[in-house]
Amino acid sequence: MTGPLLRVVRSGVGRRRVQTVVIAIATMMAVAAAVVAGSLMVVSNAPFDHAFAAQQGAHLTAEFDPAKVTAEQLGATGQLDDVTASAGPYPATVIEATDSSGHRPPAMTLVGRTGPHAEVDDLDLTAGRWARKPGEVVLTSSYQGPAFKLGDTLTASGTTLTVVGFATSASKTADLWATPAQVRDLASQEHPVTSQMLYRFDSAGSKGDIAADRKKLLAAVPSGALLGTQSYLDTKRAADHGAAPTIPFLVAFGVLGIVMSVIIVGSVISGAVGTSLRRIGILKAIGFTPREVVRAYVAQALIPATVGIALGVVLGNLLAVPLLDDTEQAYGTATLSVAWWVDVVVPAGALLVVGIAAFVPALRAGRLRTVEAIAVGRAPRTGRGQWAHRAAGRLPLPRAVTYGLASPFAHPVRTLAMLLAVAFGTIAATFAVGLTSSLNEVSSIQDPESRSAVTVFTGGPSVAGGEHVPAPGTPEPEPADPAQVSAAIKAQSGTASSYGMGQQDATVAGVSGTVRATLYQGDSRRGGYAMISGHWLTGAGQVVVPGQFLETTGTEIGDTVRVTVGKESAGLRIVGVAFESSGGELEIQANLADFPAARPQEFLVNIKAGVSAVSYAEKLGARIEPLGAEARANSPSQQDGLVLILNAMAALLTLMLVSVAGLGVLNSVVLDTRERVHDLGVCKALGMSPRQTVSLVLASVAGIGVLGGLVGVPAGYALHGFVLPVMGHAAGTGLPRSVLDVYDTPQLLLLGLAGLAIALLGALLPAGWAAKSRTATALRTE
Amino acid sequence: MTAVIELKGVAKRYENAGAPALGPLDLSVAQGEALAVTGPSGSGKSTLLNLVAGLDKPTEGTVTVAGQQVDRLGEHALARFRRERIGMVFQFFNLLDDLTVLDNIQLPAQLTGSSRRKTQARAQELMEVLGIQKHARAYPGRLSGGERQRVAVARALVNRPSLLLADEPTGALDSASGQDVRDLLVDLHRGGQTIVLVTHDPALAEACASRTVHLVDGHVALDSRAEAVR
Repeated sequence: MTGPLLRVVRSGVGRRRVQTVVIAIATMMAVAAAVVAGSLMVVSNAPFDHAFAAQQGAHLTAEFDPAKVTAEQLGATGQLDDVTASAGPYPATVIEATDSSGHRPPAMTLVGRTGPHAEVDDLDLTAGRWARKPGEVVLTSSYQGPAFKLGDTLTASGTTLTVVGFATSASKTADLWATPAQVRDLASQEHPVTSQMLYRFDSAGSKGDIAADRKKLLAAVPSGALLGTQSYLDTKRAADHGAAPTIPFLVAFGVLGIVMSVIIVGSVISGAVGTSLRRIGILKAIGFTPREVVRAYVAQALIPATVGIALGVVLGNLLAVPLLDDTEQAYGTATLSVAWWVDVVVPAGALLVVGIAAFVPALRAGRLRTVEAIAVGRAPRTGRGQWAHRAAGRLPLPRAVTYGLASPFAHPVRTLAMLLAVAFGTIAATFAVGLTSSLNEVSSIQDPESRSAVTVFTGGPSVAGGEHVPAPGTPEPEPADPAQVSAAIKAQSGTASSYGMGQQDATVAGVSGTVRATLYQGDSRRGGYAMISGHWLTGAGQVVVPGQFLETTGTEIGDTVRVTVGKESAGLRIVGVAFESSGGELEIQANLADFPAARPQEFLVNIKAGVSAVSYAEKLGARIEPLGAEARANSPSQQDGLVLILNAMAALLTLMLVSVAGLGVLNSVVLDTRERVHDLGVCKALGMSPRQTVSLVLASVAGIGVLGGLVGVPAGYALHGFVLPVMGHAAGTGLPRSVLDVYDTPQLLLLGLAGLAIALLGALLPAGWAAKSRTATALRTE
Repeated sequence: MTAVIELKGVAKRYENAGAPALGPLDLSVAQGEALAVTGPSGSGKSTLLNLVAGLDKPTEGTVTVAGQQVDRLGEHALARFRRERIGMVFQFFNLLDDLTVLDNIQLPAQLTGSSRRKTQARAQELMEVLGIQKHARAYPGRLSGGERQRVAVARALVNRPSLLLADEPTGALDSASGQDVRDLLVDLHRGGQTIVLVTHDPALAEACASRTVHLVDGHVALDSRAEAVR
């Protein structure tokens, strides 16, 4: 670039400081939003697979009986054919812990490791440090949140364990980790120490591959030494199922963010160049060639935009870190970071958009005949928008307002860009409000058992609060008599109501394999699922099923299906389709009375107002423990944490998108105010007060704000209506009306005003500048 | 005779400029007087006009117009002062291209909140007097320079201002249109309108003004009223 050209660029950037700053800020916000959106879209793509690969996850987690196989023998299994890597043996056991507030989480698998790193299952320590001495534990990150923080304690078998860190295992090899010595100390007769081995295989793509690998292991160790195995395919299925509902949500926000970024950057840059036509004409008049003019103006746009892009990448990465932390918790996967190529592709894309957006009007300006370019801004404008002034002038409103209302029609392209910015901001706000309401509704209806304050376990396989983890090699305890337990609950002071619940494998005529049947005893309405259609159980002979059941069996509400539990069969009429998010597994709900041999494994107790759940559980526990049952006060479910995370993400993403929209408006109004500074000067010379000037500028965006709201609210509503069922489908369920119909009319009206608010807030600053500008200076401006 | 304009010890210094652009000077203009301010470029003519119109503030001294000390008014009060007391005519007309001739003329009255009926009646009256009623629905871009300046004069007079300020009103016009505007100003003066006219054109000053002040380097080099007294 030649000296004079450099000086032109430098003076152009320096002279139009406001424009330069707006370009830099708008580009920065747009790029930051795009980096965040792009990162979220990247991590939403097969999060388990990425985390599993990054951690060298275990294809197979195997538990061995140390009494039957030595550590050397287990070490040798790492050399088996097809085993590509192995880790262990680690001592493992199961503990039943109580937290500091008296809540008892489900039984937890404790594994002894000296550090997080290993050739297989290379853990990510997400917070704190590794356990160094007895009394310290590292919890799996899914517990991190309101329930558990660093420094909290757990008590197991009389030993106090302090949480010193949180770690993530994509393979889900443990719930908590401690030193090997601590594991041995906490083992009991009921839960003895086992040896955990982790394997990676050459071929592990299918269930068959894993089964073949398991067979080789079984053959390599003494008979009875292998107590159990866990395939990564099951973990993957559960993880994918957990992540699935969030993916459409992140993709929707990601697409919104990227589209908005392109619109804002494009309009900011093209607007900035478009308003410089007269200066371009002067440059040509004094001897600059069209090519030099194009280069000068592209460079003039690129300088602030490049600064904005660089800052945007930094800001985007800073904002993405907490969001990715949240995503990591939501997905239960390993530490996520902004993909390096997002940091390359987004700025490169932004530069391309900036380049094109600057090049097109600069080329037009470069090709414009010199006199024409000079005439722009001096000669009276063409008739664009004059009809709007005529029409607005007839409105019974103050003149400053009607004058402002008609202004957008003079620049239809700029107005369209502003309208798109406002509309996208409103879409984002509407979508986020709807999504938050839906997620909160899902949270309140999806886990009906959690509505009960206390759960009483009668013994036998547990059914609530997570996966059943049987103690390796130990028989299940003898269950308590449900009738006695039920009587004890009724007799306990503070009891408001209770119902019994049991889960059994069942077979249904027409369905291959087994389905999970939840059988209820007593009035279970309080624990009933939200209904997608039909009604909840009201008596014997009825069954409530998920939507997928109807698809699988080709039945519909009112049909009768034959259900067999154990040796008992009953013909049950389908009375409703329930909302439940247990995933691909078919689950039906029926009455225990239809299967007299089945027994309730739990009682869910609702306590009277003012009664402490923890103290109630303690008192009831004292009464029922001799019967072989136990009582636990329920703690908030983990799903609540996921909903909170998604709510926080929705709020942050919305704030970003609304800010970008506001900046788009700010830029357009700055351009407009610059162009109209002379007209505004004339108005002020004629007696327009500062307040009237502010009214004029605000009125010039008010119509766009209202229209943006009118377009954005229905579009956001429609996006919510589209994404929510997709999210539900991904989670393997339909959604009840209460989850879909979350908007009410006053809320929609308020959201409609969001468009107006975005427009007015974006215009407020330039309106103030216009009101404060010196009239004499403005009159001299051409 | 009552003074419509009273400047006492007024000076205006711009930032980073050595000598003041104007003054210090004292000047008073009586009601019904037509004052022509002449002088070479950079002599302070436009600065003087801006100070009187309240478009700019003096660095020193006081500016009183129609009984109001303009230099002490805030932005809001200044706007009210301009719309009620001052009418302004510019060299390049400064009409709003988006508005019709009628809308341009009505604008200052509409800013005061005057009723639609009253505003329209006053605009019609002025268009008739100035011979531009046939252009009421036209846009300024379609008018000749002389017609545009007539529209500007009508707009300046719509609120019946105490003072009409004209900054080089014939500077952008051909000689025929210039003559037109000159006659118009003479008529207005004869009708009792107080006028301050800034011009390079001695012929215009002579034809329209009852008094001439010649500025050189921001100071009054010649005041025809003082000369007459002498």
